[in-house]
Amino acid sequence: MTLPEKARYSWGGDEFLLVEIAPDMSLEANFVANSIATGLEAQALDGIVDICPANASLLVRFNPDVLDHGVLKSTVEQLEADVRQATVQELQTRVIEVPVWYNDPYTTETGERFRKGYHQQPEGTDLDYAAAVNGLANAEEFIQRHHETPWLVSMVGFVAGLPFLFQLTPRERQLEVPKYLSPRTDTPPLTIGIGGCFTAHYSVRGAGGYQMLGITPTPIYDPTQSLPDFEDFMVLFRTGDIVKYRPVDEAEYREIEAEVAAGTYKYKQAPVTFTLAEALEDPDGYNSTLLEALNVA
Amino acid sequence: MSLEILTPGLATTVQDRGRFGYYRFGIPQGGAMDQYSAALANRLVGNTADDAVLECTYMGPSIKTDADTVVAVTGAPIDVKVNGEVVEQYSRITLSAGDELSFGVLKGGSKFFIAVAGGIDVPEALGSRSTYPIGKIGGFEGRGVQAGDVLPVGAGAGSNLPQLDTVPEELRPEFSREMRVRVMMGLYDHKLTEEGIKNFTEEEWTLTPVADRMGLRFDGPGAPWKDEEQPFGAGQDPSNITDAGYAVGSIQIPGGKQPIVLHCDAVSGGGYAQAGTVISADMDLFGRMAPGTKVRFVPVTMEEALAARAERQALLARVWS
Repeated sequence: MTLPEKARYSWGGDEFLLVEIAPDMSLEANFVANSIATGLEAQALDGIVDICPANASLLVRFNPDVLDHGVLKSTVEQLEADVRQATVQELQTRVIEVPVWYNDPYTTETGERFRKGYHQQPEGTDLDYAAAVNGLANAEEFIQRHHETPWLVSMVGFVAGLPFLFQLTPRERQLEVPKYLSPRTDTPPLTIGIGGCFTAHYSVRGAGGYQMLGITPTPIYDPTQSLPDFEDFMVLFRTGDIVKYRPVDEAEYREIEAEVAAGTYKYKQAPVTFTLAEALEDPDGYNSTLLEALNVA
Repeated sequence: MSLEILTPGLATTVQDRGRFGYYRFGIPQGGAMDQYSAALANRLVGNTADDAVLECTYMGPSIKTDADTVVAVTGAPIDVKVNGEVVEQYSRITLSAGDELSFGVLKGGSKFFIAVAGGIDVPEALGSRSTYPIGKIGGFEGRGVQAGDVLPVGAGAGSNLPQLDTVPEELRPEFSREMRVRVMMGLYDHKLTEEGIKNFTEEEWTLTPVADRMGLRFDGPGAPWKDEEQPFGAGQDPSNITDAGYAVGSIQIPGGKQPIVLHCDAVSGGGYAQAGTVISADMDLFGRMAPGTKVRFVPVTMEEALAARAERQALLARVWS
């Protein structure tokens, strides 16, 4: 796919700059947004308050009393040009394994409470619907397709620590599912949902419009910072993280749940270098390479 | 010293200037919704601008102090009472150990602020004492205050209080039922129809009861988005975008119907297109509105926004002088 030649710049009031790489989602657009964010972070300009890379865009918060808005814009434009001209586009990141109990009773029960008036297909479950709109035989096939490829954290946000993930597979094979017609007022914490082309982990209990697929026993937001993976910070995911979902059954879910409660659970993860060109050229082969890192971890 | 919460009021939280630098993780800035009013309260009791206050909503708490101290109440007009006797709002109030502070009925606006000498001294979380209830951090144990809570109070200025013991009329904020809010158009306004832009910037909008620290929803003639082919990943509705970061103060219009102004506890991103952003100088106005308030969104340029920002800072400098 081809990106617009130049990003679209727009001010969000006197404290925010929006940089839209492309209106549509793609791995390439996400890569450019992330690389600009990393470059801007490295410059450590006085007056930058926050740099928020998103799926296909970037939002920068600045203090206009310290940093002239014109200077900020030209700095980001220069970074954009540099990123686009770079010959090797790669990202130092990690691959992290997330256990999922697909088709679990918690999300199923919640789903049952929000059918008529909320859901496109009130009869059946979210998983049945997700399978049907993707032309798949049944929920099992959808689950298989969901965990057989890795996913890239393309944005963190909405509420504390919530990741949006983009499937690392060619567009024609990406799972895509409409969101609820009207959002639920309840979602169990640590629900794994899918809406549009994105998977999301609900970090906290609350409203939500994504179709619910399952639940994970492993926290992604730990304000008490009691688990080892949260020693440095209360939020697990960073944009650029690569996630491999691993289906677990109830017995294993309970085991991991107990480890989390005991404060001993550690995510299985390994450092990897993600190279955009290789990922685009041979998606299947490259995914296997990425996931091998986990096997030796 | 400490303050004991006897009754909590409707939604009372500890707030300060806010938590900055964690928006990229979905953690909002928080902070008092009407920063100017909170600053006035802090000034009256000899605090710094960084001290934490109590932000109250519609119905106030009742509070008992365990030591002699001074407090001040600013923001929305309300009867302030000490041991049942009405005292002055926007003025320094001297309390003796055992005194009880309580409130009458709100006469306008929605948010009012209580400062105590020394500030509410709950532990900082990520550099701020502001409460983020969804994320369970900041404030008193990560939540709004409840009956029986005992809030720690820092060391105050003692007898070294500022001369300003009552806020002069001309420095008090207005709580009008009609407000003009300055906005910078942009973000995704190219997706609005001509009618959408015209309605948004020229018509009157009424604040609905769906208004809190996360966002405020307005009723009006609607502002339709263009019915175009949607980009991949955005979603089917013309008001959908590929999920992106939300500027604080940005105004989304889901389905082209009711504009929602995102405020200090808003979600940090999502999939609804925004027509523009409230300028920083006017964000406090949303902490002063009550449902039913008529609002006009007035487009301004970056230069005008920066001039308004400088004007607001000059006003704050007067408060702190």
